[in-house]
Amino acid sequence: MSKQHWPLWEVFVRGKNGLAHKHAGSIRAADGRMALENARDLYTRRGEGASLWVVPAEAIIASAPEDKGELFDPADDKVYRHPTFYEIPDDVGHM
Amino acid sequence: MKDALTATDPRETAFEEHVSADGQVEPKDWMPEAYRKTLVRQISQHAHSEIIGMQPEGNWITRAPSLRRKVALIAKVQDEAGHGLYLYSAAETLGASRDDMVDALLEGKAKYSSIFNYPTPTWADIGAIGWLVDGAAITNQVPLCRTSYGPYARAMVRVCKEESFHQRQGYEIMLQLARGTDAQKKMAQEALNRWWWPCLMMFGPPDHDSPNSARSMAWKIKRHSNDELRQRFVDQTVPQAEFLGLSIPDPDLKWNEERGHYDFGTPPWDEFMEVVKGNGPCNRQRLNARRKAHDDGAWVREAALAHAEKRRERAEAASQAA
Ligand SMILES: [Fe+2]
Ligand SMILES: [Fe+2]
Repeated sequence: MSKQHWPLWEVFVRGKNGLAHKHAGSIRAADGRMALENARDLYTRRGEGASLWVVPAEAIIASAPEDKGELFDPADDKVYRHPTFYEIPDDVGHM
Repeated sequence: MKDALTATDPRETAFEEHVSADGQVEPKDWMPEAYRKTLVRQISQHAHSEIIGMQPEGNWITRAPSLRRKVALIAKVQDEAGHGLYLYSAAETLGASRDDMVDALLEGKAKYSSIFNYPTPTWADIGAIGWLVDGAAITNQVPLCRTSYGPYARAMVRVCKEESFHQRQGYEIMLQLARGTDAQKKMAQEALNRWWWPCLMMFGPPDHDSPNSARSMAWKIKRHSNDELRQRFVDQTVPQAEFLGLSIPDPDLKWNEERGHYDFGTPPWDEFMEVVKGNGPCNRQRLNARRKAHDDGAWVREAALAHAEKRRERAEAASQAA
C-alpha cells in the first residue's frame, strides 16, 4: 500500500477573548476542516479554548537560528529606544 | 585529516555550555547528532508507550462497574492517545518521520514501556494502574517538564496537567474497593501485589546498569537518575498504601530514619529483561492488537485524503466558475 501522509498543521489556541492565539502544538489531518476537529479533540478537551487557528505547517516562514545575530543585531545598540535612556529628575515624579 | 576528525566541533562546545547552563534547545537550533538521536529514540518510545498503554485499560471500558467509572475511564484512555500524539509531533520536530516511527512499532523494532505487557484480569487492576502506573509516570514526567529540548518539555507540561486526574481516579477506585467487602479488599490487595514490582521497574535498570544515563543527564534530557526517581516513587506511595490499609508485597520495605527514605527490596530484574525481550505475558497480544487497529484503519486514512482532494477540486471549480 502506498504511503500517503496527512499533512502537518500547526495549532493555535485562544484561551479566552482578550488573549492572543498561542501556539499549542501540531496535528496531522487530511484537510483544514479535519485539522480543526482534530485540534479541538487534542488541544481543548478541558475548556482550554475559545477559538482555534490551524495553519498548514509548510505555510509558516520561519527565521533561521543561525541568522539570529544578523536579524536581531540592529536592535542591540539602540538604547535610546528604552525609557531608561532619558534622564528625568526624580522630582518630576513618576513618568 | 585526523585532526579535523578528532577536534571538537566548536558548535558542540557551545551547545554543551548552553545546555549545562539550563538553556533550552529548539527544533532548528544546531545540535549534536547523538543528542538528536537520543531524543528521537526516547520521545518515540515514550509515544509508543502512551499508545500501547491504552490497551490494558481499554480492555475494561465495556465492563466498568458504573457509568461514572466508565466515562472516567474513556476520558483517561482518550488522554493517553492524546499524549501519544503530542509526543509523536515533538519527535517530528527533530526530523523523524511519523510513518517510520509507527512502522518501527508495528514491526516490533521499537521499544515501549514494559509495564503495558502485563494483563488486567480484574477491575482492581484498573484502580492499580491509575494509582501506581500513572503515579510512576508522573514521577518520571514531572522532571521532564524541564528537559532541555523545548518541544518535549512543552509536551510534558500538557501531559502532566492531565495525569493528575488519571492517578486520582485510580486511587479512588482502590479506596472504594479497600473499604468494600472482604472480597473487594482482597481484589485490591491482589492487584497491588501484581503491579508493585513492575511499577518499580518502570524507572529503568539500577544506575550502575544504565550506561546511557550519564550522557542524558549531562545533556539535561534526564534530570534525575533512575534510582533517585524510584526512591521518590516508593517514598510517596507507601503512605498512600497504608491509608488504603493494603500492604506492599516487599518484606524488605522499611523506613530508614537515617536516610529519611524507605529501604526496599530488589525488583525481579530477570523478569524485566524477559519482558523487554518480548516474552512478557502480553507482548504479542499488544502488538497484534495495534497492528490490527492500524490495518483496520487504513481505509479511513485513505478515504479522508480522497475526500479532502475532492473538496479541494470542487472549491477550485467553484472559484473558477465565479
Ligand atoms: Fe499518559
Ligand atoms: Fe496517564
